[in-house]
Amino acid sequence: MKHVNTLDRVVIRFAGDSGDGMQLTGDRFTSDSAVFGNDISTLPNFPAEIRAPAGTLPGVSSFQLHFANYDIMTPGDRPDVLVAMNPAALKANIDDLPRGGVIITDSADFTKRNLAKVGYDSDPLTDGSLDDYQVHALDLTGMTLGAVKDFGLTRKDATRAKNMFALGLLTWLYHRPTDGTISFLTTKFASKPEIRDANITAFKAGYAFGETTEVFAVTYEVAPAPMPPGKYRQISGNLALAYGLITASRKAGLPLFLGAYPITPASDVLHELSKHKRFGVTTFQAEDEIAGIGAALGASFAGHLGVTTTSGPGVVLKSETIGLAVATELPLIICDIQRAGPSTGMPTKTEQADLLQVMFGRNGEAPVPVLAAQSPADCFPTALEAVQLAIKYRTPVVILSDGYIANGAEPWLIPDLNAIPPIDPEFAQASNATDKAGEPVFMPYLRDPQTLARPWAIPGTAGLQHRIGGIEKARDTGAVSYDPANHEEMVRTRQAKINGIVQDIPDLIVDDPADADGRHARVLVLGWGSTYGPIVAAARRVRKTGRLIAYTHLRHLNPFPANLGDILRSYDRIIVPEMNLGQLALLLRAKYLVDIHSYSRVRGLPISLSELARDLEAEIDQLKGTNP
Amino acid sequence: MTAVDQLHPELDHPTSAPNGTGQSYRGLAGVPLSLEPLNRKDFTSDQEVRWCPGCGDYAVLAAFQGFMPELGIKRENTVIVSGIGCSSRFPYYVDTYGLHSIHGRATAIATGVATAREDVAVFVITGDGDALSIGGNHLIHVLRRNVNVTILLFNNRIYGLTKGQYSPTSEIGKITKSTPMGSLDNPFNPISLALGAEATFVARTIDSDRKHLTSVLKAAVAHRGSSLVEIYQNCPIFNDGAFDAIKDPATSADAIIPLTHGEPIRFGVDGHLGVVRDQQTGAFSVVEVGEVGEDALAVHDAHLADPSFAFALSRLTDAGVLHRAPIGIFRDVEASTYDDLARDQVALAASLGNDEDALQTMINGGDTWTVH
Repeated sequence: MKHVNTLDRVVIRFAGDSGDGMQLTGDRFTSDSAVFGNDISTLPNFPAEIRAPAGTLPGVSSFQLHFANYDIMTPGDRPDVLVAMNPAALKANIDDLPRGGVIITDSADFTKRNLAKVGYDSDPLTDGSLDDYQVHALDLTGMTLGAVKDFGLTRKDATRAKNMFALGLLTWLYHRPTDGTISFLTTKFASKPEIRDANITAFKAGYAFGETTEVFAVTYEVAPAPMPPGKYRQISGNLALAYGLITASRKAGLPLFLGAYPITPASDVLHELSKHKRFGVTTFQAEDEIAGIGAALGASFAGHLGVTTTSGPGVVLKSETIGLAVATELPLIICDIQRAGPSTGMPTKTEQADLLQVMFGRNGEAPVPVLAAQSPADCFPTALEAVQLAIKYRTPVVILSDGYIANGAEPWLIPDLNAIPPIDPEFAQASNATDKAGEPVFMPYLRDPQTLARPWAIPGTAGLQHRIGGIEKARDTGAVSYDPANHEEMVRTRQAKINGIVQDIPDLIVDDPADADGRHARVLVLGWGSTYGPIVAAARRVRKTGRLIAYTHLRHLNPFPANLGDILRSYDRIIVPEMNLGQLALLLRAKYLVDIHSYSRVRGLPISLSELARDLEAEIDQLKGTNP
Repeated sequence: MTAVDQLHPELDHPTSAPNGTGQSYRGLAGVPLSLEPLNRKDFTSDQEVRWCPGCGDYAVLAAFQGFMPELGIKRENTVIVSGIGCSSRFPYYVDTYGLHSIHGRATAIATGVATAREDVAVFVITGDGDALSIGGNHLIHVLRRNVNVTILLFNNRIYGLTKGQYSPTSEIGKITKSTPMGSLDNPFNPISLALGAEATFVARTIDSDRKHLTSVLKAAVAHRGSSLVEIYQNCPIFNDGAFDAIKDPATSADAIIPLTHGEPIRFGVDGHLGVVRDQQTGAFSVVEVGEVGEDALAVHDAHLADPSFAFALSRLTDAGVLHRAPIGIFRDVEASTYDDLARDQVALAASLGNDEDALQTMINGGDTWTVH
């Protein structure tokens, strides 16, 4: 009987060649942990190259999973366990593993040739350089080949099952359920019975190896995390975004029309929506980014819910059409799944550096509402709200996500769709004015006094024929106008309409519990988008040291919530962590004339919570002794 | 039933436009018919037309407003999308739904309109700069997809709205403000380009020939799929006389190579000229009928599946200063349209069930767990 250690949290990183199936392995372990009831957070990290040369550093792909018995906010800075399928994976990841951490490797891959490929002069498994770690060098390849030898696979195909052997071993080591992976493999390889059976056999062999070997003296248990009651699934950001868009289109009674061009890391939204045509979804893979948004805008003009999905380099190309949507005041959803830039940048790495682009990256005064999702599951409500605002205010709306949110996963309390209120598109049905002769006419720019939104009359509606376009429009009538006073009025009205959305935005709530003496924090951490996890986790860590810290998070970047100025002015120090060089900080300083301490990290990875916590503590300590 | 469907219950009744000519408007199938007869005035908006005096655009607008009532469809089920350029102001003058968009993108935007709405007739108004320069990519893709739109390409071989720079259809050596020593680049032949993209309907007509213009445009509307109609259109300000050879009654007989399906290609004063095809190269050339005999003339066939025949005909167009060009319908073949197929996929998928329960099931996914 082996000893069982109970842990509250574990971070495992699976690393191997791009073709080793590390993303799949990580996904499976995540699913099994989620179904088991742990809270989870994941960080897939892979090269843009589909199959970089085998065994090289650029070809290393990894998947990090954090699972715990409490609600966690990040995938973890550093792994406790590193599963390294080859020398390249070990070398690329060893610096992140704390001393004392566990390494599980495939010793069969540590050949002289493979070691030389990544610049190891000697074998790290035997030269003592890993003495500070708990190393389990196992012949994963050999054991896998032995387990599947009866299935008549080529050596290459047989070897490919070694990720399932490793998964089986870890499943045993962490007391995960096995049913999920077995049924997953059964479905995935249904058409290839020998591959299916080999993978299931390798998975079971890995599990059995753990049970019988003496290598592991201890196994680990991480109990389920307490969560609000209900039905859960795990979900990635791109999936939640796709579901949110479909749900919103159904709630609005508008067929969804996606115009998109493939781009990392947004393509999965196109893939997902393409699967759900039954819900009235049309997906148009355009010839380029411009045609993608152009067709979406055309569909909006025709009365559908026009959506385009892209990343930063695509937003650049779509800018002119977004401007046209501003001028024509048509609903349109632009999803920017940000990645590291500039230019091509690092397509598979995350960043938040498109904020100013989506705010201002158009000619003329062209205001657009901007919403940002803070986590994978949060993409669902963000999409719903974006659609609701786009329809109500007849405006393009930008949804910001990023590579970390898009590919990362977390548990999601599945919403009851019946509880989501409908969205009324309120198409114009009849004339809204009379001409000089007293005849009824339709004025496409006669605005709702409350929202300043113009009527949305779609083709097929008798009597409401009208012409709109990018040329400046006369107020009310929408006729072409070059009148100076009219232009000034229209520019200001378009801005006022977007500013007026603030009436639909809830006040921002600050998390700032008083201490035993009733004191509140002097330092506020303010974030937006995917820094939510690291910020909340860092704040919790800071509070554990007895320090006071407040935090809050923006979903609404344009317009800002009404009470944001008051919040900013009620703290001595505002710290804004961003994965850019201070873009939100710039906006806040400009709008509210307050000092902002910008905390910038642009490594293509989420902000490190331990580093952030340490730096926040230093900021708090620096304020000590100064007068509030 | 979606909000859009609710507005259009008549979609349940398949329609095809009556036209009094016996012509079948497959391109308009699904577009509801007007309950009362319409006239030219119904297609005239309250906006003052602001093209230069003598601009060829006036004639095209007049022809368009003239034949639209004959199609019999509801004007509110007509959408005109344009790009940027002189001709792209066109939608403002027609009392239908209209979208004056941005430079080069009209075909992309129209693709969205046409795919979203089977019950709408979609027209694209574009020019040689708009369609062939900045919008070249979208043009070839709308053609290859065969989206059910009718494209009117106003070709005046010059940039008018920006005041007279050479365009992608200007002849080599064109002296303009931006090319004081002459332009250097080869022009596009829009017909060849469209046929290269395997467009299913390709035609050329002339702004000043109202009758021909009308008949070609009606044939383009009747065609289901992308119809590209190149309209030779005179710009009296920046490129006046570009098409004089084919417009001047003194020269037009020898300049216009008329294309009529099923007819030998014969033209010129007293029909002395004709077109023959080289059996070796497939290229066409103009010959004296007297020298080769009438039987040697090529007979035009616009319905060939292979676009090579039409392409070879398109090469009879002068690339330089225009002295001679084929006019008429080069190609008119039936093929599936992108928008019909896209709607079919959605309908097929929807037939599997798409109620609220199905949506909830999709969102639930396969692996769920319950916390009590």
